[in-house]
Amino acid sequence: MDGNIHSIITGGTVDGPGTRYVVFVKGCPMRCKYCHNPDTWEAAGGEKKSVQEILEDYERYRPFMTNGGITVTGGEPLTQIDFLLELFTEAKKRNIHTCLDTSGIMFRRNIPEIYEKYLKLAKVTDLVMLDIKHIDPEEHKKLTGQPNDNILDFLKFLDEQEVAIWIRHVIVPDITYVPKYLKQLGTYIAHFKHIKALDVLPYHDMGKTKYKELGIDYVLKDVKPLTNDDAKKARDIVVEAMREERKRMKFV
Amino acid sequence: MEATGWNGFVGGKWQKGIDVRDFIQRNYTPYEGDDSFLADPTQNTKDLWQMVLELSKKEREAGGVLDMDTKVVSTLTSHGPGYLDKSKETIVGFQTDKPFKRGMNVYGGIRMAVKACEDNGYTVDPEIVEFFTTHRKTHNAGVFDVYDPEIRRCRSNHIITGLPDAYGRGRIIGDYRRVALYGIDYLIEDKKEQKESFGTVYTDDVIRGKEEISEQIKALGELKQMAAAYGFDISKPATNVKEAIQWTYFGYLGAVKEQNGAAMSLGRTATFLDCYAERDLKNGTFTESEIQEFVDHFIMKLRCVKFARTPEYNSIFAGDPVWVTESLGGMGVDGRTLVSKMSFRYLHTLDNLGTAPEPNLTVLWSTRLPINWKQYCAKMSIKSSSIQYENDDMMRVVHGDDYGIACCVSSMRIGKEMQFFGARANLAKCLLYAINGGVDECTGVQVGPKYRPVEGDGPLDFDDVYSKFDDMMEWLAKVYVSALNIIHYMHDKYAYERIEMALHDRDVKRYFATGLAGLSIVADSLSAIKYAKVYPIRNEQGIVVSYKTEGDFPKYGNNDDRVDEIAANLVSTFMAKLRKNHVYRNGFPTMSILTITSNVTYGKNTGDTPCGRKHGAPFAPGANPVHRRDTHGAYASLSSVAKLPFMDSQDGISNTFSIIPGALGKEDQVFAGDLDVDLDLDK
Repeated sequence: MDGNIHSIITGGTVDGPGTRYVVFVKGCPMRCKYCHNPDTWEAAGGEKKSVQEILEDYERYRPFMTNGGITVTGGEPLTQIDFLLELFTEAKKRNIHTCLDTSGIMFRRNIPEIYEKYLKLAKVTDLVMLDIKHIDPEEHKKLTGQPNDNILDFLKFLDEQEVAIWIRHVIVPDITYVPKYLKQLGTYIAHFKHIKALDVLPYHDMGKTKYKELGIDYVLKDVKPLTNDDAKKARDIVVEAMREERKRMKFV
Repeated sequence: MEATGWNGFVGGKWQKGIDVRDFIQRNYTPYEGDDSFLADPTQNTKDLWQMVLELSKKEREAGGVLDMDTKVVSTLTSHGPGYLDKSKETIVGFQTDKPFKRGMNVYGGIRMAVKACEDNGYTVDPEIVEFFTTHRKTHNAGVFDVYDPEIRRCRSNHIITGLPDAYGRGRIIGDYRRVALYGIDYLIEDKKEQKESFGTVYTDDVIRGKEEISEQIKALGELKQMAAAYGFDISKPATNVKEAIQWTYFGYLGAVKEQNGAAMSLGRTATFLDCYAERDLKNGTFTESEIQEFVDHFIMKLRCVKFARTPEYNSIFAGDPVWVTESLGGMGVDGRTLVSKMSFRYLHTLDNLGTAPEPNLTVLWSTRLPINWKQYCAKMSIKSSSIQYENDDMMRVVHGDDYGIACCVSSMRIGKEMQFFGARANLAKCLLYAINGGVDECTGVQVGPKYRPVEGDGPLDFDDVYSKFDDMMEWLAKVYVSALNIIHYMHDKYAYERIEMALHDRDVKRYFATGLAGLSIVADSLSAIKYAKVYPIRNEQGIVVSYKTEGDFPKYGNNDDRVDEIAANLVSTFMAKLRKNHVYRNGFPTMSILTITSNVTYGKNTGDTPCGRKHGAPFAPGANPVHRRDTHGAYASLSSVAKLPFMDSQDGISNTFSIIPGALGKEDQVFAGDLDVDLDLDK
């Protein structure tokens, strides 16, 4: 089946382990204030590409990607779950490492026909990079326009299904770079065994020009990019909270 | 021959005749360990390097040149010894009698020598000028005696550029290791035998061959004198690693005293020298720290090689490069790695002395290199940005495992092959000449033949333009090879590389190197003509000076066969046309696509192109896609370049790949989602 594709980048180095073939899909229900790919928000206007086409193209780069694989990002890949499921199923037949970069926003445990698909997807996904935008439900809504309950439930689901998880978290001054929330995040994610890494991303404003081109207002225009040192500090707070929580759990 | 310098080495063919590779193969120790054995710089090294840094600072303050010789023509024996601080230097030798004083090389062309001095505020002794104008002809004068009007027009309109007709051609690598392994006396005996081996039927070739070998023998004798001035007797083989480095360096020093070549590369010396280092370590002759000190001092000397050059020359080459290229690592044909501890020591100079563009440390890369070496290279690359990588797996097939790189990409077997350097032809301009019937789009001069130009207001017809372009390439190839034939004839005659050729076999393979510029621009332009609609825009004289393009077209650099095939075909087609021509001295024609530094100059001299590039916009370097037209990521871009046929561009294909460190992976492992990074939650 066809996916609705925004673009494909070969040799991506920041979207999962090794160097990767990165598929950006069109369409996302979130409107994160700091999103650096606003051009992928709208579902319309992408290029139709079949699973077959994509995997054949992938094969042309296989020699480059001995430690890499395919990453689907976007946009929100789970808006095209049927396509994603077929792509990863076929990719696994070809022994390609599969990585999903998602916000988890589309997950619904209580709708059987959807949940069914997620169960299948979990079997063919080697790694999920789950981007938790904000740990606090209210702040999450302010930041992204959406609640985070399904997102956190998706994390639980992945852990149940024993899928390797990387938590990604963008550190934005005054929004997520707040000790209270960072601690809260660490305490929360400490409970999941299959988290393999924590990827803390300092906020940058390199997406600004895209907003200009698209004629969308960039609401964070006065927010300064975060320094690497601050990002490291943020990471330390999260990790420390994780540690404390895990210690506490041992005693309980 | 027997020699004390050879004690402890495994004997073999190399003792019966000159065969450095055989020596290395029988005696080197492949090293698969890590960098933990490396030694820090000694106090002497730090002191000496501080002196070099201070001299460099003074040189910059003086406007680029600290001192120049204006009276003494540089030869092997022209100057007495020069030192930084004799008591501290373990490896000695400068081109003149003091560091940072540039020698005067006139045989390439007296006019260039005079200009290099004048532009830097010096005046060449009038007697020298008179002598080399009236009594002794130079290479440059010889060339211009023969150039025809057509060649001159091509030069002045920049369709053929950078020809080595006024300066030393360079790109010849003497096998400097031979000085250390055999000593000068043996090399002279060998050359005498070679001279007699021609027999007594005196054809032109035999006469020239014998005369050249006589010159080589004289040069070897002078090299001995040069070393003697520093207190060394290099008539016999070196007896330890310190001597081996010093002897090898003397060989190289002789070359850079005699020639101001466009690229004066060192070869592949590290693993050769490691045979001595291993022997000395085993015998307790030297410690690791001492050996590293010799290497540091050797590299320091290489960093101090300087030539008198003009600002124009420096603008073509973006600086004042010497191209002291040393080829490191690689794999042997028997499957053992050629990485030795000495390979590590060479790269370690980037730590001990800090980073520098020279010597041009070039790692011959193979997928099968030891993992520790790969990791060390990566580490040093990140630290220094000073390492060049080339594909050993590809070149080993052609050259075996004792080849080296001259300049940036020109590969050749050390001591067995050399190159006639031939600059490059501007293929983008050639396409514009095809459209305009040989008229230059910038100057309006009829430079090429008056072939039928493209008629009408378009859109341009691909078949029509391509057939015209094919004819124009045929013409360009002929003029280009003609110019190079003249140049190399005269260079051999008036500026023969005596000492470099003395460190070669008698019968060398001569690569006749050509080059092309503007590959991606031509590929995209032809693609635009083929897949979009391109309308010519004419000036008042009817010359097409710009283009209007409607619609999109495939662009080189996106792994799209529709245009990548155009690019690959261009390479094969132009090479085939070059091969059709008569080539001086049975040269083996090759081509390179490697304009690394001169793209700005090319851009200035080339009008609007059908791909949408404007007059003055720089070309992409080498075989690179046009800037920002490769939109599908690194691998797609590299895949397009990788389709170019190496055997039709055997002198090298270069792709300049810049990447910000952050994009190569997260800046620090703390950020890394690297699965190896343990969160260490249980501590």
